[in-house]
Amino acid sequence: MFMRLAFKSLVNRKGSVLLTLMAMTVSIFVLLGVEHIRHQAKESFGNTVSGVDLIVGARTGSLNLLLYSVFHIGTPTNNISWESFEDIASDPNVEWTIPIALGDSHKGFRVMGTAQDYFEHFSYGNRHKLEFTQGKPFSDVFDVVLGSEVAKKLGYGLGDQLVLAHGIAATSFSLHDDRPFTVVGILAPTGTPVDQTLHVSLRGIEAIHIDWQQGVKMPGSTITIAQIEQMDLTPKSITAFLVGLKSRIATFSVQRQINNFAKEPLSAILPGAALSELWQMMSVLENTLRLVSLLVLVSSLLGLSAMLLASIREREREVILLRSIGASPLFLFLLIELEALFVSIAGIALGAGLLSAVLMFLQGYFVSHFGLSLSMNIFSGSSLFMLAVVLVLSAFSAAIPAVSVYRRARSCQA
Amino acid sequence: MAINLQNVQFAYPDAPGKTVLNIRQWVVQDHEQVFVHGPSGGGKSTLLNLLSGMLHTSHGEVSVLGERLDQMSNHQRDRFRANHIGYVFQQFNLIPYLDAVDNIQLASHFSNRKRSTKLRDEIQGLLSTLNISPSDWYKPTARLSIGQQQRVAIARALINKPELLIADEPTSSLDQHNRDNFMAVLMSLAAAEKITLVFVSHDLCLSHYFSRVEALSDINQAGDGN
Repeated sequence: MFMRLAFKSLVNRKGSVLLTLMAMTVSIFVLLGVEHIRHQAKESFGNTVSGVDLIVGARTGSLNLLLYSVFHIGTPTNNISWESFEDIASDPNVEWTIPIALGDSHKGFRVMGTAQDYFEHFSYGNRHKLEFTQGKPFSDVFDVVLGSEVAKKLGYGLGDQLVLAHGIAATSFSLHDDRPFTVVGILAPTGTPVDQTLHVSLRGIEAIHIDWQQGVKMPGSTITIAQIEQMDLTPKSITAFLVGLKSRIATFSVQRQINNFAKEPLSAILPGAALSELWQMMSVLENTLRLVSLLVLVSSLLGLSAMLLASIREREREVILLRSIGASPLFLFLLIELEALFVSIAGIALGAGLLSAVLMFLQGYFVSHFGLSLSMNIFSGSSLFMLAVVLVLSAFSAAIPAVSVYRRARSCQA
Repeated sequence: MAINLQNVQFAYPDAPGKTVLNIRQWVVQDHEQVFVHGPSGGGKSTLLNLLSGMLHTSHGEVSVLGERLDQMSNHQRDRFRANHIGYVFQQFNLIPYLDAVDNIQLASHFSNRKRSTKLRDEIQGLLSTLNISPSDWYKPTARLSIGQQQRVAIARALINKPELLIADEPTSSLDQHNRDNFMAVLMSLAAAEKITLVFVSHDLCLSHYFSRVEALSDINQAGDGN
């Protein structure tokens, strides 16, 4: 009966209640959304590299190197020579290396030239190795292995042929259309930028750029595919490479050695250190977003309080009536509190629903633009804690009108 | 004795110097039906609020149905009112957005009686007795006519089988026809259930329904000294 009274009383004042509910919904949406994206971004970024001890590229800032080599965000500053790569790869402390050559794309997805070691040594998340849902690693020059999103979005299967484009824009006019690639493998989803990437051999990257100069195809080229396959396709340069060491103890000495590399200016970074540098930069932004979402929440709670306070002015007679049939002042206090909680709970449900809908809608956008795969599960430990705090705060803000009703009821003066 | 007031004085806390009520002695016997008339502003509502325990005084003795209201705690008085006293106002007797059945149920919610499956039957029985047609039972009471609302209010006041029924100008907003209708139903139900009735009105035409008629000015001496 108590619940019914509170509920019907709210329905009776649907105009103002609905507006308050909308404000509440928006604030819950912002609150949960910021928390969710923050959480997911961290998780997603943190999961992308695992087991890599050093990332080596041309001399540049550590963040920049991390972002373009692993997350495929931004553009490389410069390439490094194949000789330098071979020098470092042969260091006795180095267990394995994964070369990376970037710069081409296919329908907006980036193409990464690499070696077979990639499928053997690259790992993500909690030391998960890459797995194939179909096919196998590339072996031929014109073989390509697709990330799961690429295959899903573009509808490719094993044996399909595709053409790479020069540069990384989504619509490129300079296609490597004379030398198509064949899909030989499709990787299982990883939730990392790997899903958005086409993997080809370094030789393949080299092969499509034969008789290209300054990023433009030479007109009148007559070299056939058969001829290419006979050529020595060792690349002259690569973009970056990942290093796994035999012993982690050697990390800093190898890093110093690479940073002081005589033949070429190189940078070696520790992925963990670079990531924490990234978080540090992001923390100001994070805290700002949190503060804003908190302020939005406070304003909607004040709105809730104001709505209830205005309502009890209209309800003076209701208070007297309820008193006359035996309602205690405490009952009236709780009635107002319950109404506030109803609005908050409805706001939470609507806000969470809205966020889920928006996430579902924007999932593809986040994946293709930021390499961020957002989970649909918006309820983590911290967001549930936040929602509990929201309920407590709304009980607090409803205390103002509730106490006012309580006082009126006590004095019984209308 | 249903009501026994001895040397009762009352002043509102925000105007402690102004005694609104000063009653040396006023007694109502069990099952008695009393008509009290007087002008508005004569301490009428204050008297009724004291009887129902909504107001509290520490000056004098307020006994209702053999219980000392002046010695009870706030909570005890709320319980006592829910269990033993029915109340009908001039208007706004019902929560406008609840239907008649819910309104009556709400009143029983605050009483001590056992939740029984019979409650719904009882409510419907009462509503039928009071000439409310079943099609109006589940409408928000704001959509009922004033006459219907006042009759639902009687049902609301009687659902807990109170020993004392207080009516505060219940007919003032009714027309002649509805008023007679209301009075007939009220008096017959009060007689049938053996309920003590304190009925306050300025309308002396109604006094013929009652065996005992009193002027408020005879009961309350607060204005005399000034």
